[in-house]
Amino acid sequence: MSQEVMQSTVVPVIYLLSTILFIFGIKRLSKVKTARRGNALAAVGMLLAIIGALLELGVVDYRWIAGGMVIGTIIGLLFAIRVQMTSMPEMVALFNGFGGIASALVATSIYWDLVVQRGATGTVYETLGTDEAITVMLSILIGGITFTGSLIALFKLQGKLKKGQPILLPARHYITFGLLLASFAFGGIAVAAAAPDSIVWVLSLAAVSLILGILLTIPIGGADMPVVVSLLNSYSGVAASMAGFVIGNPLLIIAGAMVGAAGLILTQIMCVAMNRSLLNVLVGGFGVTDGGGGGGSDEYTSVTSCGPEEAAMLLENAESVIIIPGYGLAVAQAQHAVRELADLLKERGTKVTYGIHPVAGRMPGHMNVLLAEADVPYEELLEMDVINSEFKNTDVVIILGANDVVNPAATKDPSSPIAGMPILNAHEARSVFVVKRSLSPGYAGIKNELFEYDNTMMVFGDAKKVVQGLIGEVKDL
Amino acid sequence: MTLGPLLIGIYVFVLAGFVGFEMITKVPPTLHTPLMSGANAISGITVVGAVAAATTGEMTVANILGGLAIVTATINVVGGFLVTDRMLRMFGKKKK
Repeated sequence: MSQEVMQSTVVPVIYLLSTILFIFGIKRLSKVKTARRGNALAAVGMLLAIIGALLELGVVDYRWIAGGMVIGTIIGLLFAIRVQMTSMPEMVALFNGFGGIASALVATSIYWDLVVQRGATGTVYETLGTDEAITVMLSILIGGITFTGSLIALFKLQGKLKKGQPILLPARHYITFGLLLASFAFGGIAVAAAAPDSIVWVLSLAAVSLILGILLTIPIGGADMPVVVSLLNSYSGVAASMAGFVIGNPLLIIAGAMVGAAGLILTQIMCVAMNRSLLNVLVGGFGVTDGGGGGGSDEYTSVTSCGPEEAAMLLENAESVIIIPGYGLAVAQAQHAVRELADLLKERGTKVTYGIHPVAGRMPGHMNVLLAEADVPYEELLEMDVINSEFKNTDVVIILGANDVVNPAATKDPSSPIAGMPILNAHEARSVFVVKRSLSPGYAGIKNELFEYDNTMMVFGDAKKVVQGLIGEVKDL
Repeated sequence: MTLGPLLIGIYVFVLAGFVGFEMITKVPPTLHTPLMSGANAISGITVVGAVAAATTGEMTVANILGGLAIVTATINVVGGFLVTDRMLRMFGKKKK
Protein backbone atom coordinates (compact mmCIF):
# COMPACT_ATOMS: atom_id res chain seq x y z
CA MET A 1 0.00 0.00 0.00
CA SER A 2 1.36 3.36 -0.92
CA GLN A 3 2.09 5.96 1.71
CA GLU A 4 -0.41 8.21 -0.04
CA VAL A 5 -3.32 5.80 0.43
CA MET A 6 -2.18 5.33 4.00
CA GLN A 7 -2.33 9.05 4.72
CA SER A 8 -5.52 9.84 2.85
CA THR A 9 -7.61 6.80 3.77
CA VAL A 10 -6.22 4.28 6.22
CA VAL A 11 -5.11 6.69 8.93
CA PRO A 12 -8.33 8.75 8.92
CA VAL A 13 -10.42 5.57 9.07
CA ILE A 14 -8.39 4.34 12.04
CA TYR A 15 -8.88 7.68 13.80
CA LEU A 16 -12.61 7.51 13.11
CA LEU A 17 -12.82 3.99 14.54
CA SER A 18 -10.91 5.20 17.57
CA THR A 19 -13.37 8.09 18.04
CA ILE A 20 -16.33 5.70 17.84
CA LEU A 21 -14.72 3.38 20.39
CA PHE A 22 -14.23 6.33 22.77
CA ILE A 23 -17.90 7.26 22.44
CA PHE A 24 -19.11 3.69 23.05
CA GLY A 25 -16.56 3.38 25.84
CA ILE A 26 -17.79 6.42 27.73
CA LYS A 27 -21.40 5.42 27.09
CA ARG A 28 -20.81 1.99 28.62
CA LEU A 29 -18.79 3.44 31.47
CA SER A 30 -22.01 5.06 32.63
CA LYS A 31 -23.77 1.75 33.40
CA VAL A 32 -22.62 -0.56 36.16
CA LYS A 33 -23.04 -3.75 34.16
CA THR A 34 -21.12 -2.58 31.11
CA ALA A 35 -18.64 -0.22 32.74
CA ARG A 36 -15.66 -2.53 32.67
CA ARG A 37 -16.18 -3.39 29.01
CA GLY A 38 -16.61 0.31 28.30
CA ASN A 39 -13.24 1.06 29.80
CA ALA A 40 -11.69 -1.75 27.77
CA LEU A 41 -13.29 -0.39 24.59
CA ALA A 42 -11.86 3.06 25.27
CA ALA A 43 -8.45 1.48 25.87
CA VAL A 44 -8.67 -0.31 22.51
CA GLY A 45 -9.63 3.01 20.96
CA MET A 46 -6.48 4.52 22.43
CA LEU A 47 -4.35 1.68 21.09
CA LEU A 48 -5.83 2.20 17.62
CA ALA A 49 -5.16 5.92 17.91
CA ILE A 50 -1.50 5.30 18.70
CA ILE A 51 -1.19 2.83 15.80
CA GLY A 52 -2.80 5.43 13.55
CA ALA A 53 -0.39 8.09 14.76
CA LEU A 54 2.63 5.84 14.03
CA LEU A 55 1.32 5.01 10.55
CA GLU A 56 0.74 8.69 9.92
CA LEU A 57 4.37 9.43 10.77
CA GLY A 58 5.65 6.96 8.21
CA VAL A 59 9.34 6.12 8.42
CA VAL A 60 11.04 8.18 11.10
CA ASP A 61 13.54 7.61 13.86
CA TYR A 62 11.45 5.55 16.31
CA ARG A 63 14.01 5.33 19.10
CA TRP A 64 12.70 8.22 21.19
CA ILE A 65 9.08 7.27 20.61
CA ALA A 66 9.70 3.67 21.65
CA GLY A 67 11.84 4.71 24.61
CA GLY A 68 9.29 7.23 25.84
CA MET A 69 6.43 4.77 25.55
CA VAL A 70 8.31 2.02 27.38
CA ILE A 71 9.28 4.36 30.22
CA GLY A 72 5.76 5.79 30.44
CA THR A 73 4.19 2.33 30.40
CA ILE A 74 6.45 1.06 33.18
CA ILE A 75 5.81 4.10 35.38
CA GLY A 76 2.06 3.99 34.68
CA LEU A 77 1.93 0.26 35.46
CA LEU A 78 3.83 0.67 38.72
CA PHE A 79 1.54 3.48 39.87
CA ALA A 80 -1.63 1.68 38.87
CA ILE A 81 -0.72 -1.65 40.44
CA ARG A 82 0.73 -0.34 43.68
CA VAL A 83 -1.88 2.27 44.58
CA GLN A 84 -4.27 1.50 47.43
CA MET A 85 -7.99 1.68 46.74
CA THR A 86 -8.27 4.44 49.34
CA SER A 87 -5.76 6.55 47.40
CA MET A 88 -7.63 6.47 44.10
CA PRO A 89 -8.51 10.19 44.19
CA GLU A 90 -4.82 11.05 44.54
CA MET A 91 -3.97 8.77 41.64
CA VAL A 92 -6.58 10.36 39.37
CA ALA A 93 -5.20 13.79 40.28
CA LEU A 94 -1.64 12.70 39.49
CA PHE A 95 -2.51 11.13 36.12
CA ASN A 96 -4.54 14.17 35.27
CA GLY A 97 -1.52 16.38 35.94
CA PHE A 98 0.58 14.24 33.60
CA GLY A 99 -2.05 14.51 30.88
CA GLY A 100 -2.09 18.29 31.23
CA ILE A 101 1.65 18.75 31.09
CA ALA A 102 1.86 16.39 28.10
CA SER A 103 -0.37 18.71 26.07
CA ALA A 104 1.69 21.73 27.10
CA LEU A 105 4.91 19.89 26.17
CA VAL A 106 3.55 18.91 22.75
CA ALA A 107 2.68 22.53 21.98
CA THR A 108 6.03 23.81 23.25
CA SER A 109 7.92 21.18 21.28
CA ILE A 110 6.16 22.09 18.02
CA TYR A 111 6.77 25.77 18.66
CA TRP A 112 10.43 25.12 19.43
CA ASP A 113 10.95 22.96 16.37
CA LEU A 114 9.26 25.21 13.81
CA VAL A 115 10.05 28.62 15.24
CA VAL A 116 13.33 28.35 17.13
CA GLN A 117 15.27 25.41 15.72
CA ARG A 118 14.50 26.07 12.08
CA GLY A 119 15.60 29.67 12.53
CA ALA A 120 12.35 31.25 11.35
CA THR A 121 12.71 34.96 10.64
CA GLY A 122 9.11 36.15 10.37
CA THR A 123 6.64 36.50 13.23
CA VAL A 124 5.35 33.48 15.12
CA TYR A 125 1.89 33.69 13.58
CA GLU A 126 3.36 33.84 10.09
CA THR A 127 5.54 30.82 10.80
CA LEU A 128 2.95 28.61 12.52
CA GLY A 129 -0.25 30.07 11.11
CA THR A 130 -2.45 32.29 13.27
CA ASP A 131 -4.79 29.55 14.55
CA GLU A 132 -1.90 27.25 15.38
CA ALA A 133 0.04 30.01 17.11
CA ILE A 134 -2.92 30.93 19.32
CA THR A 135 -3.72 27.32 20.20
CA VAL A 136 -0.04 26.67 21.03
CA MET A 137 -0.27 29.41 23.65
CA LEU A 138 -3.62 28.09 24.95
CA SER A 139 -2.22 24.55 25.22
CA ILE A 140 0.70 25.83 27.26
CA LEU A 141 -1.54 27.94 29.51
CA ILE A 142 -4.22 25.32 30.17
CA GLY A 143 -1.79 22.39 30.31
CA GLY A 144 0.47 24.24 32.76
CA ILE A 145 -2.41 25.18 35.06
CA THR A 146 -3.67 21.59 34.94
CA PHE A 147 -0.24 20.23 35.86
CA THR A 148 0.57 22.26 38.97
CA GLY A 149 -3.09 22.48 39.98
CA SER A 150 -3.34 18.68 39.93
CA LEU A 151 -0.13 18.31 41.94
CA ILE A 152 -1.40 20.71 44.61
CA ALA A 153 -4.71 18.80 44.65
CA LEU A 154 -2.71 15.59 45.11
CA PHE A 155 -0.81 17.01 48.09
CA LYS A 156 -4.00 18.34 49.62
CA LEU A 157 -5.73 14.98 49.25
CA GLN A 158 -2.76 13.41 51.03
CA GLY A 159 -3.32 15.86 53.88
CA LYS A 160 -0.05 17.69 53.25
CA LEU A 161 0.21 21.49 52.83
CA LYS A 162 -1.25 22.63 56.15
CA LYS A 163 -3.20 19.38 56.38
CA GLY A 164 -5.22 20.33 53.33
CA GLN A 165 -6.47 23.54 54.94
CA PRO A 166 -7.02 26.52 52.65
CA ILE A 167 -3.92 28.69 52.27
CA LEU A 168 -4.99 32.29 51.86
CA LEU A 169 -2.47 34.79 50.56
CA PRO A 170 -3.15 38.47 51.11
CA ALA A 171 -4.75 40.11 48.06
CA ARG A 172 -4.84 36.69 46.41
CA HIS A 173 -7.70 37.58 44.06
CA TYR A 174 -5.76 40.52 42.68
CA ILE A 175 -2.61 38.43 42.29
CA THR A 176 -4.48 35.65 40.50
CA PHE A 177 -6.38 38.00 38.26
CA GLY A 178 -3.21 39.96 37.49
CA LEU A 179 -1.35 36.79 36.55
CA LEU A 180 -4.20 35.63 34.36
CA LEU A 181 -4.12 38.95 32.51
CA ALA A 182 -0.33 38.67 32.29
CA SER A 183 -0.61 35.20 30.78
CA PHE A 184 -2.96 36.46 28.06
CA ALA A 185 -0.62 39.37 27.43
CA PHE A 186 2.47 37.15 27.22
CA GLY A 187 0.68 34.71 24.91
CA GLY A 188 -0.59 37.53 22.72
CA ILE A 189 2.82 39.18 22.49
CA ALA A 190 4.43 35.81 21.72
CA VAL A 191 2.03 35.22 18.82
CA ALA A 192 2.79 38.62 17.29
CA ALA A 193 6.50 38.73 18.09
CA ALA A 194 9.30 38.06 15.63
CA ALA A 195 10.50 34.47 15.98
CA PRO A 196 13.78 35.13 17.85
CA ASP A 197 12.11 37.54 20.29
CA SER A 198 9.22 35.23 21.08
CA ILE A 199 11.18 32.71 23.17
CA VAL A 200 11.24 34.84 26.31
CA TRP A 201 7.48 35.45 26.07
CA VAL A 202 6.64 31.78 25.58
CA LEU A 203 8.82 30.83 28.55
CA SER A 204 7.18 33.59 30.63
CA LEU A 205 3.77 32.25 29.66
CA ALA A 206 4.82 28.74 30.71
CA ALA A 207 6.14 30.01 34.06
CA VAL A 208 3.03 32.09 34.77
CA SER A 209 0.71 29.20 33.92
CA LEU A 210 2.55 26.90 36.34
CA ILE A 211 2.31 29.54 39.09
CA LEU A 212 -1.38 30.09 38.30
CA GLY A 213 -2.11 26.40 38.77
CA ILE A 214 -0.64 26.60 42.27
CA LEU A 215 -2.34 29.88 43.24
CA LEU A 216 -5.74 28.77 41.97
CA THR A 217 -5.65 25.59 44.03
CA ILE A 218 -4.02 26.44 47.37
CA PRO A 219 -6.93 28.55 48.74
CA ILE A 220 -9.32 25.63 48.30
CA GLY A 221 -9.66 23.18 51.18
CA GLY A 222 -8.96 19.44 50.98
CA ALA A 223 -12.62 18.42 51.06
CA ASP A 224 -13.39 20.48 47.96
CA MET A 225 -10.65 18.69 46.03
CA PRO A 226 -13.13 16.40 44.22
CA VAL A 227 -14.63 19.45 42.57
CA VAL A 228 -11.16 20.75 41.75
CA VAL A 229 -9.86 17.46 40.35
CA SER A 230 -13.00 17.12 38.26
CA LEU A 231 -12.57 20.62 36.91
CA LEU A 232 -8.88 20.03 36.23
CA ASN A 233 -9.89 16.84 34.42
CA SER A 234 -12.02 19.02 32.23
CA TYR A 235 -9.06 21.38 31.68
CA SER A 236 -6.76 18.54 30.63
CA GLY A 237 -9.36 17.55 28.04
CA VAL A 238 -9.49 21.08 26.71
CA ALA A 239 -5.67 21.22 26.67
CA ALA A 240 -5.61 18.03 24.57
CA SER A 241 -8.20 19.58 22.28
CA MET A 242 -6.05 22.69 21.84
CA ALA A 243 -3.08 20.46 21.01
CA GLY A 244 -5.39 18.90 18.40
CA PHE A 245 -5.90 22.32 16.81
CA VAL A 246 -2.12 22.83 16.79
CA ILE A 247 -1.39 19.61 14.90
CA GLY A 248 -4.66 19.65 12.95
CA ASN A 249 -5.87 16.32 14.31
CA PRO A 250 -9.67 15.95 14.75
CA LEU A 251 -9.25 12.91 17.01
CA LEU A 252 -7.56 15.04 19.66
CA ILE A 253 -10.15 17.77 19.24
CA ILE A 254 -13.06 15.34 19.66
CA ALA A 255 -11.66 13.25 22.52
CA GLY A 256 -10.47 16.36 24.33
CA ALA A 257 -13.81 18.12 23.95
CA MET A 258 -15.72 15.08 25.22
CA VAL A 259 -13.48 14.83 28.29
CA GLY A 260 -13.80 18.57 28.79
CA ALA A 261 -17.60 18.32 28.81
CA ALA A 262 -17.53 15.25 31.05
CA GLY A 263 -15.38 16.99 33.65
CA LEU A 264 -17.64 20.03 33.65
CA ILE A 265 -20.77 17.93 34.18
CA LEU A 266 -19.25 16.05 37.07
CA THR A 267 -18.08 19.32 38.58
CA GLN A 268 -21.58 20.69 38.32
CA ILE A 269 -23.12 17.57 39.88
CA MET A 270 -20.79 17.90 42.86
CA CYS A 271 -21.48 21.59 43.36
CA VAL A 272 -25.24 21.02 43.26
CA ALA A 273 -24.88 18.31 45.89
CA MET A 274 -23.20 20.81 48.23
CA ASN A 275 -25.64 23.58 47.33
CA ARG A 276 -22.70 25.78 46.46
CA SER A 277 -21.84 27.50 43.25
CA LEU A 278 -18.72 26.58 41.37
CA LEU A 279 -17.50 30.12 41.97
CA ASN A 280 -17.95 29.72 45.71
CA VAL A 281 -15.81 26.58 45.63
CA LEU A 282 -13.12 28.08 43.41
CA VAL A 283 -12.80 31.32 45.38
CA GLY A 284 -11.72 29.09 48.24
CA GLY A 285 -11.28 29.68 51.91
CA PHE A 286 -14.50 27.84 52.75
CA GLY A 287 -14.85 27.30 56.50
CA VAL A 288 -11.93 29.61 57.27
CA THR A 289 -12.96 33.12 56.35
CA ASP A 290 -15.78 33.44 58.86
CA GLY A 291 -13.27 32.50 61.58
CA GLY A 292 -15.38 30.74 64.21
CA GLY A 293 -17.54 33.77 65.08
CA GLY A 294 -20.71 31.85 65.89
CA GLY A 295 -21.45 33.73 69.15
CA GLY A 296 -19.92 31.10 71.39
CA SER A 297 -22.29 28.42 70.15
CA ASP A 298 -19.41 26.38 68.79
CA GLU A 299 -18.95 24.64 72.12
CA TYR A 300 -20.72 21.38 72.68
CA THR A 301 -22.72 21.26 75.91
CA SER A 302 -24.71 18.06 76.12
CA VAL A 303 -22.94 15.27 74.31
CA THR A 304 -23.56 11.68 75.27
CA SER A 305 -20.89 9.16 74.51
CA CYS A 306 -20.74 5.43 74.87
CA GLY A 307 -18.49 2.48 74.08
CA PRO A 308 -18.94 -0.36 71.60
CA GLU A 309 -20.65 -2.54 74.26
CA GLU A 310 -23.63 -0.24 74.64
CA ALA A 311 -23.82 0.32 70.92
CA ALA A 312 -23.83 -3.43 70.31
CA MET A 313 -26.75 -3.83 72.72
CA LEU A 314 -28.84 -1.43 70.70
CA LEU A 315 -27.81 -3.14 67.49
CA GLU A 316 -28.94 -6.45 68.96
CA ASN A 317 -32.57 -5.41 68.89
CA ALA A 318 -32.47 -3.32 65.77
CA GLU A 319 -34.54 -4.48 62.84
CA SER A 320 -33.08 -1.98 60.44
CA VAL A 321 -29.67 -0.32 60.35
CA ILE A 322 -28.39 2.35 58.01
CA ILE A 323 -24.66 2.95 57.78
CA ILE A 324 -23.49 6.40 56.65
CA PRO A 325 -19.86 6.37 55.57
CA GLY A 326 -17.70 9.46 55.24
CA TYR A 327 -14.09 10.43 54.74
CA GLY A 328 -13.22 9.02 58.18
CA LEU A 329 -14.02 5.55 56.84
CA ALA A 330 -11.50 6.00 54.03
CA VAL A 331 -8.82 7.35 56.37
CA ALA A 332 -9.27 4.44 58.77
CA GLN A 333 -9.54 1.93 55.88
CA ALA A 334 -12.54 0.53 57.71
CA GLN A 335 -14.45 -0.73 54.67
CA HIS A 336 -13.72 -4.45 55.21
CA ALA A 337 -14.59 -4.25 58.90
CA VAL A 338 -17.85 -2.50 57.99
CA ARG A 339 -18.79 -5.26 55.56
CA GLU A 340 -18.04 -7.86 58.23
CA LEU A 341 -20.25 -6.07 60.72
CA ALA A 342 -23.03 -5.76 58.15
CA ASP A 343 -22.79 -9.50 57.39
CA LEU A 344 -23.02 -10.33 61.09
CA LEU A 345 -26.09 -8.16 61.49
CA LYS A 346 -27.70 -9.61 58.38
CA GLU A 347 -27.18 -13.14 59.73
CA ARG A 348 -29.19 -12.03 62.74
CA GLY A 349 -32.01 -10.90 60.48
CA THR A 350 -31.31 -7.18 60.58
CA LYS A 351 -31.81 -5.15 57.43
CA VAL A 352 -28.63 -3.26 56.61
CA THR A 353 -28.31 -0.54 53.97
CA TYR A 354 -25.85 2.26 53.32
CA GLY A 355 -26.73 5.91 52.85
CA ILE A 356 -24.37 7.55 50.41
CA HIS A 357 -24.22 11.33 50.30
CA PRO A 358 -23.10 12.59 46.88
CA VAL A 359 -20.14 14.45 48.34
CA ALA A 360 -19.12 11.99 51.03
CA GLY A 361 -15.42 11.29 50.84
CA ARG A 362 -12.93 12.96 48.61
CA MET A 363 -14.27 12.13 45.16
CA PRO A 364 -17.69 11.48 43.67
CA GLY A 365 -18.50 7.86 44.26
CA HIS A 366 -15.49 7.53 46.59
CA MET A 367 -17.55 5.64 49.16
CA ASN A 368 -19.01 3.37 46.49
CA VAL A 369 -15.56 2.37 45.32
CA LEU A 370 -14.32 1.71 48.85
CA LEU A 371 -17.33 -0.37 49.82
CA ALA A 372 -17.21 -2.24 46.52
CA GLU A 373 -13.62 -3.13 47.32
CA ALA A 374 -14.95 -4.79 50.46
CA ASP A 375 -17.54 -6.71 48.38
CA VAL A 376 -20.54 -4.77 49.61
CA PRO A 377 -23.28 -5.44 47.02
CA TYR A 378 -23.98 -2.20 45.24
CA GLU A 379 -27.74 -2.69 45.57
CA GLU A 380 -27.28 -1.95 49.28
CA LEU A 381 -25.77 1.48 48.59
CA LEU A 382 -28.66 3.91 48.45
CA GLU A 383 -28.49 7.45 47.21
CA MET A 384 -29.59 10.38 49.32
CA ASP A 385 -32.96 10.91 47.59
CA VAL A 386 -33.87 7.27 47.96
CA ILE A 387 -32.84 6.74 51.54
CA ASN A 388 -33.95 10.00 53.12
CA SER A 389 -37.55 8.83 53.47
CA GLU A 390 -36.41 5.67 55.26
CA PHE A 391 -34.66 7.18 58.27
CA LYS A 392 -37.98 7.70 60.08
CA ASN A 393 -38.55 3.95 60.11
CA THR A 394 -34.98 3.01 60.96
CA ASP A 395 -33.86 1.79 64.36
CA VAL A 396 -30.16 2.55 64.29
CA VAL A 397 -27.98 4.77 62.14
CA ILE A 398 -24.22 4.36 62.33
CA ILE A 399 -22.30 7.36 61.05
CA LEU A 400 -18.70 6.48 60.25
CA GLY A 401 -16.47 9.48 59.84
CA ALA A 402 -19.08 11.71 58.19
CA ASN A 403 -19.94 15.12 59.64
CA ASP A 404 -21.28 18.04 57.62
CA VAL A 405 -23.41 15.80 55.38
CA VAL A 406 -25.57 14.83 58.38
CA ASN A 407 -25.72 18.22 60.10
CA PRO A 408 -29.40 19.16 60.58
CA ALA A 409 -28.37 22.83 60.74
CA ALA A 410 -28.30 22.73 56.94
CA THR A 411 -32.09 22.43 56.87
CA LYS A 412 -33.01 24.16 60.15
CA ASP A 413 -30.72 27.15 60.57
CA PRO A 414 -30.88 29.61 57.66
CA SER A 415 -27.82 31.47 59.02
CA SER A 416 -25.62 28.38 58.94
CA PRO A 417 -22.77 28.44 56.41
CA ILE A 418 -24.09 25.16 55.02
CA ALA A 419 -27.75 26.27 54.98
CA GLY A 420 -29.57 24.69 52.08
CA MET A 421 -27.09 21.88 51.53
CA PRO A 422 -29.03 18.65 51.10
CA ILE A 423 -28.22 16.30 53.97
CA LEU A 424 -28.91 12.74 54.97
CA ASN A 425 -31.69 12.95 57.59
CA ALA A 426 -29.90 10.65 60.00
CA HIS A 427 -31.38 12.51 62.99
CA GLU A 428 -34.85 11.12 62.18
CA ALA A 429 -33.79 7.60 63.12
CA ARG A 430 -34.55 6.21 66.55
CA SER A 431 -30.91 6.00 67.61
CA VAL A 432 -27.84 7.47 66.00
CA PHE A 433 -24.26 6.42 66.65
CA VAL A 434 -21.60 8.81 65.51
CA VAL A 435 -18.21 7.16 65.24
CA LYS A 436 -15.63 9.91 65.20
CA ARG A 437 -12.19 10.51 66.63
CA SER A 438 -13.13 13.74 68.40
CA LEU A 439 -15.66 16.55 68.38
CA SER A 440 -13.55 18.55 65.97
CA PRO A 441 -15.56 20.28 63.25
CA GLY A 442 -15.86 18.93 59.75
CA TYR A 443 -14.84 20.67 56.60
CA ALA A 444 -17.34 23.50 56.93
CA GLY A 445 -15.67 24.44 60.22
CA ILE A 446 -18.92 24.51 62.19
CA LYS A 447 -20.37 22.54 65.03
CA ASN A 448 -22.75 19.69 64.28
CA GLU A 449 -25.88 19.99 66.40
CA LEU A 450 -26.72 16.37 65.65
CA PHE A 451 -24.05 15.43 68.19
CA GLU A 452 -26.14 17.05 70.94
CA TYR A 453 -29.44 15.43 70.03
CA ASP A 454 -31.03 13.17 72.62
CA ASN A 455 -31.07 10.21 70.26
CA THR A 456 -27.39 10.60 69.37
CA MET A 457 -24.50 8.81 71.02
CA MET A 458 -20.90 9.54 70.22
CA VAL A 459 -18.54 6.59 69.99
CA PHE A 460 -15.10 8.15 70.04
CA GLY A 461 -12.28 6.41 68.23
CA ASP A 462 -10.82 5.36 64.92
CA ALA A 463 -13.60 4.06 62.64
CA LYS A 464 -11.89 0.73 62.00
CA LYS A 465 -11.10 0.03 65.66
CA VAL A 466 -14.62 0.95 66.76
CA VAL A 467 -16.22 -1.23 64.08
CA GLN A 468 -13.94 -4.12 65.02
CA GLY A 469 -14.98 -3.58 68.63
CA LEU A 470 -18.61 -3.71 67.55
CA ILE A 471 -18.00 -6.93 65.64
CA GLY A 472 -16.52 -8.50 68.76
CA GLU A 473 -19.45 -7.39 70.90
CA VAL A 474 -22.10 -8.49 68.40
CA LYS A 475 -20.46 -11.92 68.15
CA ASP A 476 -20.66 -12.26 71.92
CA LEU A 477 -24.36 -11.46 72.07
CA MET B 1 -20.03 29.44 2.60
CA THR B 2 -16.70 27.68 2.82
CA LEU B 3 -15.31 26.18 5.95
CA GLY B 4 -11.60 26.47 6.57
CA PRO B 5 -9.76 23.99 8.80
CA LEU B 6 -10.14 26.22 11.87
CA LEU B 7 -13.91 26.51 11.49
CA ILE B 8 -14.28 22.79 10.90
CA GLY B 9 -12.18 22.25 14.00
CA ILE B 10 -14.40 24.55 16.03
CA TYR B 11 -17.53 22.79 14.71
CA VAL B 12 -16.06 19.44 15.71
CA PHE B 13 -15.02 20.78 19.13
CA VAL B 14 -18.47 22.16 19.94
CA LEU B 15 -20.37 19.11 18.69
CA ALA B 16 -18.06 16.66 20.49
CA GLY B 17 -18.59 18.71 23.64
CA PHE B 18 -22.34 18.19 23.32
CA VAL B 19 -21.81 14.46 22.80
CA GLY B 20 -19.77 14.30 26.01
CA PHE B 21 -22.39 16.38 27.81
CA GLU B 22 -25.27 14.13 26.72
CA MET B 23 -23.46 10.92 27.58
CA ILE B 24 -22.58 11.95 31.07
CA THR B 25 -25.86 13.38 32.31
CA LYS B 26 -27.15 9.91 33.17
CA VAL B 27 -24.55 8.25 35.36
CA PRO B 28 -25.18 6.69 38.78
CA PRO B 29 -22.96 8.23 41.50
CA THR B 30 -21.36 4.82 41.99
CA LEU B 31 -19.61 5.29 38.70
CA HIS B 32 -18.52 8.89 39.09
CA THR B 33 -14.98 8.10 40.20
CA PRO B 34 -14.36 5.37 37.59
CA LEU B 35 -15.90 7.59 34.94
CA MET B 36 -13.71 10.51 35.91
CA SER B 37 -10.71 8.22 35.85
CA GLY B 38 -11.66 6.69 32.48
CA ALA B 39 -12.31 10.09 30.94
CA ASN B 40 -8.99 11.22 32.33
CA ALA B 41 -7.27 8.29 30.58
CA ILE B 42 -8.90 9.35 27.32
CA SER B 43 -7.47 12.84 27.73
CA GLY B 44 -4.11 11.11 27.34
CA ILE B 45 -5.02 11.12 23.63
CA THR B 46 -2.49 13.92 23.46
CA VAL B 47 0.02 11.06 23.12
CA VAL B 48 -0.96 11.07 19.44
CA GLY B 49 0.40 14.60 19.20
CA ALA B 50 3.40 13.69 21.32
CA VAL B 51 4.69 10.95 19.01
CA ALA B 52 4.77 13.47 16.17
CA ALA B 53 6.97 15.73 18.28
CA ALA B 54 9.89 13.34 18.86
CA THR B 55 10.77 11.91 15.49
CA THR B 56 14.41 12.75 14.88
CA GLY B 57 16.24 10.89 17.64
CA GLU B 58 18.48 13.90 18.09
CA MET B 59 19.31 15.69 21.30
CA THR B 60 17.41 18.84 20.42
CA VAL B 61 15.17 20.86 22.72
CA ALA B 62 12.10 20.12 20.60
CA ASN B 63 12.81 16.42 20.63
CA ILE B 64 13.46 16.32 24.38
CA LEU B 65 10.19 18.16 25.01
CA GLY B 66 8.42 15.73 22.68
CA GLY B 67 10.01 12.76 24.44
CA LEU B 68 8.86 14.05 27.82
CA ALA B 69 5.38 14.54 26.38
CA ILE B 70 5.35 10.89 25.24
CA VAL B 71 6.41 9.69 28.70
CA THR B 72 3.85 11.78 30.60
CA ALA B 73 1.00 11.09 28.17
CA THR B 74 1.74 7.36 28.24
CA ILE B 75 1.69 7.38 32.05
CA ASN B 76 -1.70 9.08 31.82
CA VAL B 77 -3.03 6.53 29.34
CA VAL B 78 -1.65 3.30 30.80
CA GLY B 79 -2.13 4.26 34.43
CA GLY B 80 -5.54 5.78 33.79
CA PHE B 81 -7.09 2.78 32.05
CA LEU B 82 -5.54 0.30 34.51
CA VAL B 83 -6.68 2.17 37.60
CA THR B 84 -10.18 2.49 36.13
CA ASP B 85 -10.22 -1.23 35.45
CA ARG B 86 -9.10 -1.97 39.00
CA MET B 87 -11.96 0.09 40.37
CA LEU B 88 -14.52 -1.50 38.05
CA ARG B 89 -13.31 -5.00 38.88
CA MET B 90 -14.53 -4.24 42.40
CA PHE B 91 -18.06 -3.79 41.11
CA GLY B 92 -17.88 -6.87 38.93
CA LYS B 93 -17.10 -9.37 41.65
CA LYS B 94 -20.25 -8.87 43.71
CA LYS B 95 -21.73 -12.15 44.83
CA LYS B 96 -25.44 -12.69 44.94
